Amino acid sequence: MYNLVISTIWQGLLWSLMALGVYLTYRVLDIADLTVEGSFPLGAAVAISMIAAGFNPWLAVLGAFCAGMLAGVVTGLLHTKLQIPALLAGILSMIALYSINLRVMGNKANLSILRMDTVFTPFMNLGLSKNEGILVCGLLVVVVIVLIIYWFFGTELGAAIRATGFNKQMIRAQGVNTDITVILGLLISNGLVAVSGALVGQSQGYADVGMGTGTIVTGLASLIIGEVIFGTRSFKNCLISVVLGSILYRGVIAFVLWLGMNPNDLKLLTAIIVAIALSLPLMKNKLSAKKKGVA
Amino acid sequence: MLVVDNVWKTFNAGTVNEKKALQGLNLHLKPGDFVTVIGGNGAGKSTMLNSIAGVFFADKGKITIDGVDVTKDPEYKRAKHIGRVFQDPMLGTAAGMQIEENLAVASRRGKVPGLAWSSKSSERERFRELLKELDLGLEDRLTSKVGLLSGGQRQALTLLMATMTKPKLLLLDEHTAALDPKTAAKVLDLTEKIVNRDKLTTLMITHNMRDALRCGNRLIMLHNGRIIIDVEGEEKKKLDVPDLLKMFEQASGDEFASDRALLG
Repeated sequence: MYNLVISTIWQGLLWSLMALGVYLTYRVLDIADLTVEGSFPLGAAVAISMIAAGFNPWLAVLGAFCAGMLAGVVTGLLHTKLQIPALLAGILSMIALYSINLRVMGNKANLSILRMDTVFTPFMNLGLSKNEGILVCGLLVVVVIVLIIYWFFGTELGAAIRATGFNKQMIRAQGVNTDITVILGLLISNGLVAVSGALVGQSQGYADVGMGTGTIVTGLASLIIGEVIFGTRSFKNCLISVVLGSILYRGVIAFVLWLGMNPNDLKLLTAIIVAIALSLPLMKNKLSAKKKGVA
Repeated sequence: MLVVDNVWKTFNAGTVNEKKALQGLNLHLKPGDFVTVIGGNGAGKSTMLNSIAGVFFADKGKITIDGVDVTKDPEYKRAKHIGRVFQDPMLGTAAGMQIEENLAVASRRGKVPGLAWSSKSSERERFRELLKELDLGLEDRLTSKVGLLSGGQRQALTLLMATMTKPKLLLLDEHTAALDPKTAAKVLDLTEKIVNRDKLTTLMITHNMRDALRCGNRLIMLHNGRIIIDVEGEEKKKLDVPDLLKMFEQASGDEFASDRALLG
């Protein structure tokens, strides 16, 4: 039981970086960015390949971060400079990344690094179990990254990116090139998603070209669960909510599996949760309209 | 301060929806000019403002602000010179950000945003004083999200944001049209106060002929993408609404086609 709880929490932590990436596009920039479906496995593929090639595991995470940022820039350029709708631009990047990910892993669908050192190894050498080691390392990484995101989005540039999401017209009238802020937002988001992929890949010891399927829905589920339960009062509050939401989402998954649910049905369940959560505002409106006797 | 030289703009050229919005527009504003702009539906008022602001490029012609040719500059580059308030109160502010954050963004208009902290406590006192002048009680709500404000409050805040860096040119696009009469009057008073105090060169579109006659030192009327009436100073002061309508009919050979303008 202890191990189940610990592994649920670290999974939530490692995936929360992806959820933060989805938060930055979906909520902050107001773009549903499907690039994440490709940049998550891209992060894993780059990191696992680099480790397999003998690079330091942290360097492998940095490599994944850069690759993810690049993927974000491509989507950003497709959307801003070529005026392709954001959803479609993301889908194009996602599909292109499928081929790229196969290339990165040497034309193989998966790549494993069993018994090689990962970023978690030093923590396990401290006398922690595998699960505890990943938990401590994941927690450290998430805290540091949340602090950096909080700082960055409080700066002039970060404020300009947030304002872009709320009102492009307003921030352009204040002299900000919204093409640049949109591209920057996508860059940061996909960088984070790739780091998440790199850490998840290292935690399971392999990268798989199909591991990105449903990333966006998982991210949205974590985001929405977090927002509903832990609130959205301020930017700081939102960031913490997303991380906790991601952990809670893993908890829900672990719980339904424990109840005996077929793991194949998980994605269906996740999609239903997200569909219900996204339709909540509309339902609420209809309900209150009925109460007032309008409908 | 502003020179608009023979500017043409056609929308949907070559289609059945072709609209010649500006047809050789010429306008020259002296520093400190406060010009009110009137005209019927589709006369080209908003097109004129938007082509000056760079929302789109003119098909032909040249636009100069304080001696700088901005004809080829995109909207965000021209923002360095221009403060703007839109008709829709939602457009001028970021609803999900605090009043203070909106002001902080506006206080750096035209500068490339860097990595310094955006909301500095050293600026807070200045923001509070500026907000106090609006007399809407916003000075105690610096950390409130702008989305919680009423349309009038948001429009007053947008006006403040547009003018706090003393722009070379202030563009007001029917900025009181979406407000109730009482709030509209208040925002208009504020506009006059700020424009007169800072001697801002201003172009203000209004659908209200009385406001157009009362405010500013100069009035222009647009028709079919051209200026057909241009009066200033003493001559403008003597005019009333019937005079304006008569002048319009003489200048255009047409009847004035805007119910809103007549009723407003």
